[in-house]
Amino acid sequence: MRRDITLPVTESDAREWRVGDILFLTGTIFTARDEAHLLMMEKQESGEGIPFDPSTMALFHCGPVVSPEGDGWKVIAAGPTTSIRMEIFEDKYLEMFRPPIIIGKGGMADRTQAALESVGAVYTHYTGGAGALAAKRIEAVEGVEWLEELGMPEAAWFFKVADFGPLLVTMDSAGGNLYKDLEPTIAENVKSVLARIDAG
Amino acid sequence: MSSMMIGAALVAALKRAATVLPDDVVVALKAARQRETSDMGAAQLDAILENVNVAREGAIPMCQDTGIQTFFVKAGVNSPHLKELRSWIETAVIDATAAIPLRPNTVDPFSGKNPGDNSGRFMPFINWELVDGDDVEISVLPKGGGSENMSTLKMLPPGVGLKGIKKAVVEHIVSCQGKPCPPTIVGVGIGGGADIALKLGKKAVLRPIGSHHETPEAAAMEQEMLELVNATGVGPMGVGGATTCLAVHIEYAHRHPASLPLGILVQCWADRRASVRLKADGTAEVIA
Repeated sequence: MRRDITLPVTESDAREWRVGDILFLTGTIFTARDEAHLLMMEKQESGEGIPFDPSTMALFHCGPVVSPEGDGWKVIAAGPTTSIRMEIFEDKYLEMFRPPIIIGKGGMADRTQAALESVGAVYTHYTGGAGALAAKRIEAVEGVEWLEELGMPEAAWFFKVADFGPLLVTMDSAGGNLYKDLEPTIAENVKSVLARIDAG
Repeated sequence: MSSMMIGAALVAALKRAATVLPDDVVVALKAARQRETSDMGAAQLDAILENVNVAREGAIPMCQDTGIQTFFVKAGVNSPHLKELRSWIETAVIDATAAIPLRPNTVDPFSGKNPGDNSGRFMPFINWELVDGDDVEISVLPKGGGSENMSTLKMLPPGVGLKGIKKAVVEHIVSCQGKPCPPTIVGVGIGGGADIALKLGKKAVLRPIGSHHETPEAAAMEQEMLELVNATGVGPMGVGGATTCLAVHIEYAHRHPASLPLGILVQCWADRRASVRLKADGTAEVIA
């Protein structure tokens, strides 16, 4: 079902969402790819901490194209990047910062799934390549952290969004996983396709 | 003078490729949306089509991964401009990167440094083909990393025959799941040799959707393979559905009797391309 969501949300809100739900977000989301994940965890562990609260936002796996405009920034294109690269530390990151929603593409694996269940969060798939549409739904760039150190694609950008979606829930906090659900059907289809080739 | 004209035309083609999805791809995406029976797959196609409109209307790149700029040049042997063409193309890529803007994507494999303008060693890469006449046709294929990472080469034992090729393509496309941003365009390069099969596959991707190979057997196999990959149900973005691929295009060369090279080139739904024709008098125009 379609769910129009205004951030921030509570853990119990996020625990209600299931695989197949399509979310449209209004509020603040932040970007983090490989480098920002590592830097944030390092700062948290060293006791320095980070200057914002990820649990009030959604985490967006994205390396945007951003242009300076006046005193601020304008987003040119901001589609999702491949999420599986973050699998090696996403479980630890989720436990540490508890963002209720991950936005990415392509899905993640078992470690992230377990962490989603433990913290009560969902992984959502945003249409790959839809960078212009994403930029249109970003109303403003509210800020950026670690731009100097990490560069444009790896920095943490804060976007004020309205009706940001469609975000398809493909992994939920109750163990639901669209990719795993599809596997047997696709395997069955492939078997019959290969048989057709043999018969032809 | 002519370099100014060709320079402007090349920048215009790069902008067009980044911002306007070719009509044949839009038509194929709309047809896929009509056919789609999965709600989740349909939502992906709706978002893609809306994204394509937003990009065209705003003249902004349709995807933040504006790709590596690869050129295919059909150079008329009697053109007086062949000597300068490489530098015109290189300059146009640098200018277009700043003007559109394109994401700077070229990285030195040793230092990790990014020059920031999509230039670099052998970049942009230019494929040259000599043809009769004095016109030059320059096509650009900006291709993103996500789909290029899913391209592969298989050196099949010739004994598996055409059936072996069909199976290898189906199995590979299924193994890619949503990673290359389906619905994809698949270029299938057969024969020649390892490097040649991949190059033929990339050349096949350049062909408009709806076109057929001139060899009837190859054309029939394109159609059959499209039906086969779409019967797998991987669907748009790998979330399940009726359209995994918009087209399968074949290009082939004769092969060594001991080899059956198969190059599988996967192109994302953002099948971006544009061409410029350069006349002998130095005038140039964007033709597609």
